[in-house]
Amino acid sequence: MNKLEKFLNSKFLVTLFSILLGFVVGALFLLPMGISPVEAYAKLFDGVFGSVRNMAYSVVYATPLIFTGLAVAFSFRTGVFNIGAEGQFVMGSMAACVVGILVPAPAIILVPLCFIAALAVGAVWGLIVAFLKVKWGINEVLSMIMFNWIAFYLSNYIADLPMIHNEGNAEATKNVQDAARILFPQAWLDALCPASNWGILLAVLAVILVYVIIEKTTLGYQLKAVGFNRSAAEYGGISVNKSIYIAMAISGALAGMGGAIQLLGMGSRISIFTAQESFGFQGISVALIGASNPIGVFFAGLFYGALKYGGSKLNLIGAPSEVINIIMGTVVFFIAISHVFRFVKKRKNNKKGEA
Amino acid sequence: MKKLISIVLVAAMALSMVACGGASSTPASTGASSEAASTATSGEETSGKELSVGMITDVGGVNDRSFNQTSWEGLQALAEENPNIKVSYLESKTDADYSANIETYLSEGTDLIICVGYMLAEATKVAAEANPDQLFAIIDDSSIDLPNVACLMFSQAEASYLVGIVAGLATESNTVGYVQGMVSDSMNQFGCGFIAGVKSVNPEATVLQFNANSFGDPTGGNTAATDMITKGADVVFHAAGATGNGVIEACKANGVYAIGVDTDQAPLAPETVITSAMKRVDIAAQDISLAVANGTFTPGVHLYSLENGGVDLSPTRDLLTEEMLTAVEDAKAKIIAGEVTVPSTPDELGDGLFTLK
Amino acid sequence: MHNPNLDLNTVVVDMRNITKKFGDFTANDGIQLTVHKGEIHAILGENGAGKSTLMNQLYGMYPPTSGEIYIKGQKIHMDSPKKAISAGIGMVHQHFMLVQPFTVTQNIVLGMEPQKGIMLDMATARKNVEAISKKYGLAVDPDAKIEDISVGMQQRVEILKALYRGAEILILDEPTASLTPQEISELIDIMHSLTADGKSIILITHKLKEIKASADFCTIIRMGKYINTVEVDKVSEDDLASMMVGRNVNFKVDKQEQEPGDVVLDVKDLHAVDYRGVEILRGLNLQVRKGQILGLAGIDGNGQTELVECITGLRKATKGSITVNGTDIFNKSPRYGFEHGVSSIPADRQKHGLVLEFSVADNMVLQNFAEDKYSSHGIRKMDAVNSFTQEAIEKFDIRPRDCLNKPAGTLSGGNQQKVIIAREVTNNKDLLIAVNPTRGLDVGAIEYVHKYIVEQRNKGKAVLLVSFELDEIISLSDEIDVIFDGRINGSLPGKDADENTLGLWMAGGKADE
Repeated sequence: MNKLEKFLNSKFLVTLFSILLGFVVGALFLLPMGISPVEAYAKLFDGVFGSVRNMAYSVVYATPLIFTGLAVAFSFRTGVFNIGAEGQFVMGSMAACVVGILVPAPAIILVPLCFIAALAVGAVWGLIVAFLKVKWGINEVLSMIMFNWIAFYLSNYIADLPMIHNEGNAEATKNVQDAARILFPQAWLDALCPASNWGILLAVLAVILVYVIIEKTTLGYQLKAVGFNRSAAEYGGISVNKSIYIAMAISGALAGMGGAIQLLGMGSRISIFTAQESFGFQGISVALIGASNPIGVFFAGLFYGALKYGGSKLNLIGAPSEVINIIMGTVVFFIAISHVFRFVKKRKNNKKGEA
Repeated sequence: MKKLISIVLVAAMALSMVACGGASSTPASTGASSEAASTATSGEETSGKELSVGMITDVGGVNDRSFNQTSWEGLQALAEENPNIKVSYLESKTDADYSANIETYLSEGTDLIICVGYMLAEATKVAAEANPDQLFAIIDDSSIDLPNVACLMFSQAEASYLVGIVAGLATESNTVGYVQGMVSDSMNQFGCGFIAGVKSVNPEATVLQFNANSFGDPTGGNTAATDMITKGADVVFHAAGATGNGVIEACKANGVYAIGVDTDQAPLAPETVITSAMKRVDIAAQDISLAVANGTFTPGVHLYSLENGGVDLSPTRDLLTEEMLTAVEDAKAKIIAGEVTVPSTPDELGDGLFTLK
Repeated sequence: MHNPNLDLNTVVVDMRNITKKFGDFTANDGIQLTVHKGEIHAILGENGAGKSTLMNQLYGMYPPTSGEIYIKGQKIHMDSPKKAISAGIGMVHQHFMLVQPFTVTQNIVLGMEPQKGIMLDMATARKNVEAISKKYGLAVDPDAKIEDISVGMQQRVEILKALYRGAEILILDEPTASLTPQEISELIDIMHSLTADGKSIILITHKLKEIKASADFCTIIRMGKYINTVEVDKVSEDDLASMMVGRNVNFKVDKQEQEPGDVVLDVKDLHAVDYRGVEILRGLNLQVRKGQILGLAGIDGNGQTELVECITGLRKATKGSITVNGTDIFNKSPRYGFEHGVSSIPADRQKHGLVLEFSVADNMVLQNFAEDKYSSHGIRKMDAVNSFTQEAIEKFDIRPRDCLNKPAGTLSGGNQQKVIIAREVTNNKDLLIAVNPTRGLDVGAIEYVHKYIVEQRNKGKAVLLVSFELDEIISLSDEIDVIFDGRINGSLPGKDADENTLGLWMAGGKADE
């Protein structure tokens, strides 16, 4: 294997290189605006690592992305492209919100209840699409995009209902009860940041769970087989339809959980959306950067979260926060290109092999 | 390797095209609209003390061609005239960002934090309670009653009444249209004031109304306005943020008049936008900043109304006739004098004239 | 006996010292090829020897790393197929490149359509096609759609395509892969008539019999290296095989007569429809007994694929019955069939037999991963899986020996097949269905697979062998059934088999009762 092939095959190296390229391209856009990339990136770095509070905030921002990243990564591994993570996140979030507002219960019951609601609704949201795919062969990417919008408007509709709607002027739901929140105890909040919450620990748990399922269980084997090669899986006696359902349900549940954590951690209420909040779509980038590996997704999520949080501070030095989008877009672009290169190289090698 | 480099360069070029065609098409710095927004300050100078003012936008972003943008332009103008005042802004991407952004300004030790929009009320309140020594100002919300928070309110209904008069006089078909971003007590003020204004000069006129349910849906705005135009409307007013951009587009395409909101939107379509219901958020931002600079900060509600020039018709008046201007000045005087009360709720308007739910 | 049109004085193709490297891998190493006018020249080599690479360079797909190409004495830098075509070279690929819904005429003139002003002139096109078809004796129906015509006619269309573009030198890549014996001899006639017209033909193949029947000279390539160029008349098939493989090859399969036992697979009156709703199995009857190899001969497209799919549970039949050892498996799931005695080596090993991205170990337990032996409460027992797989690797000589955790896709075709075979052996089911088990394998691997199949039959398994290679069927089967148009068209014992009768039945001729 020549050097280029070795390089392409090392997903880690490619990812690192792509990130570097991303920052370079970002700098190329900052320069003509008269903004020093060095200053901008220094601000970015400081915005993430400059203080305990900043680091804590970065982790908070990363937490929901780890969940949506896991959701999409899991779906990739099992042969589906869960572009519907956006809608599943929204539905999970709203489910937790409704329970968190309406159900009078102590925290020890309320929090798990909210989570269960989010998991269930997220799973169902994924299952509907799976059903359409299995029963009528409807392309899941198309239906998931539509369901993202259905979730968007459904969330706004529910937020508007009298018993959910905010009592003040705000175009949002009421705040969930304090008992439903998953913030750290006050002492910890003072040490870290006002939004630090248990979500990150749940994220770690989720990463471990996904890893175990995919690598160590028969379920993981089954789902991967269907994802890689439906025909062979069927031939080997695996029920392809069942696998699709299970994969979509788990993926949807993960995304929905992310929505709940965002709400009960940093959020506290859901606003009436004027545009999609993009947690699900950002999860796609996270999954790609993390190469669909649960551990990779964890770090990719931290990376994106840090960029989101630190990036918001770029406005303070006059740099547009959109430069973060450019950086992320470039990173994803180059990682995707490496896939294409690998694929083309493989095809060339195969053709050679048939000679 | 050469191939790889050329591919990378091509990719960077392609990317730059994509990036430029993206969402916010005007740069954050003072664009064309700043001229019309007449960012003249109230003329006061500060005592020369260093002052930092931080502005937090709602999810509309700093380039929403409205609300947030006007506030920022006001602050920028202030900073230009007063080099000892440093201004900056933070954009909020989601609802949850409000408190995080406030935290950022708190940790930077900003003297005055201006929160733009009632969506930030909750977060502002919590932060103000927790940080009694920090000064806050919030625009469009009056629910917070704390000694360190100034609530900057606007007589939206009054401004809408004035443009209603213009609409009522400008229409030749006796049908006008109105697109509202969302139904809420705050937003309804626009609608009710507008309808009252129309009826005051043109009692026979019909006001078609539409609730766009979004402040970020230009396509929806375009469709709604087109629909109204098909039904005969020849003047359409919007109080719908970015959705309104679509309304203006539709009016332009169909050769009828549009009326803007919050800032002077004439530059968007000079032949089409005859006037706008201006909310001088820029003046409000400047006033409160100067107050802090001069040590004259007062909490509580600061009302910007016709009386103090906080709301008005926009300065671009090329398409307005003498008749309209006279009628407007007339009404203005009467309102200030208390002879005319502008309704700001559907009930005050009465007769079921406001139909949005 | 040489082809009478061979003109040894005129060299049309001269490839000198061709070396082609892809990175570190050397696909061709100093290969010489000389073809004369009117010659039929065969290029013989195993899979992966470098035959296609060599021809691809002649056809301009990529340039040689070093070496030169001379066409009719002129040195040409072949950097694109366009160049090759204008130099008079035409290529007929193994997998046809025809547009199915288009007619023969449309396909032949594709890209070079005659025009009247800006309108296509299909009338002239048709006339041209008829003329050229007559000239070379290549019978085609100009108005037929490709999807409706036979493979033999499709091949003639491909040849006409090349001739239409003025090809003087024709490269035929594995041309007889999907032809009946009759069609193969027709092709040989066509080749002779083309050379009579001064054309030269380069034949890429690994079919020794056809080389003997048609070629004048043969160049043998082994592992990228040039071995020899021989006069075909002067060598035997065994000689050719040894040169190709580098050792002595035993073609004969050692098989003792044995008395078949009870019926294991019993298919009665099976009906099924294809994806268009057209009946593809029309009342098929078939039985395979213990300790018997039943060979199912037939041309691709007559229902054998669907038959196997019905038996293995991948396709729903519409009528009839399928039983294994008396148990009804008609329209049951693949899992059910597997649990009741059906194992198979699928036709497309990469599509159905293996998950290429999975390791060899994971592939080894494709049907069994959830069994108690390899898992407990849903958690996999990788130790058990790995030790089982390692045993299989040793026993079945799967190479490379350390492939346990390597993706199956990195194995060669032959070794991939060995993985599948190893898996099915250990599954130890009463019925083994082998579909084109040696497709794409080199001679060494073919030897091995045949040996194994016979071994299973000797142990008392019932083997259903479905293959497009008539030779394979004839040498392995105890009993041969011929499938045509969804039914069994004829049947005879293996030892009585002869190509002509079988070829006749495969093409639809009736068996004399």
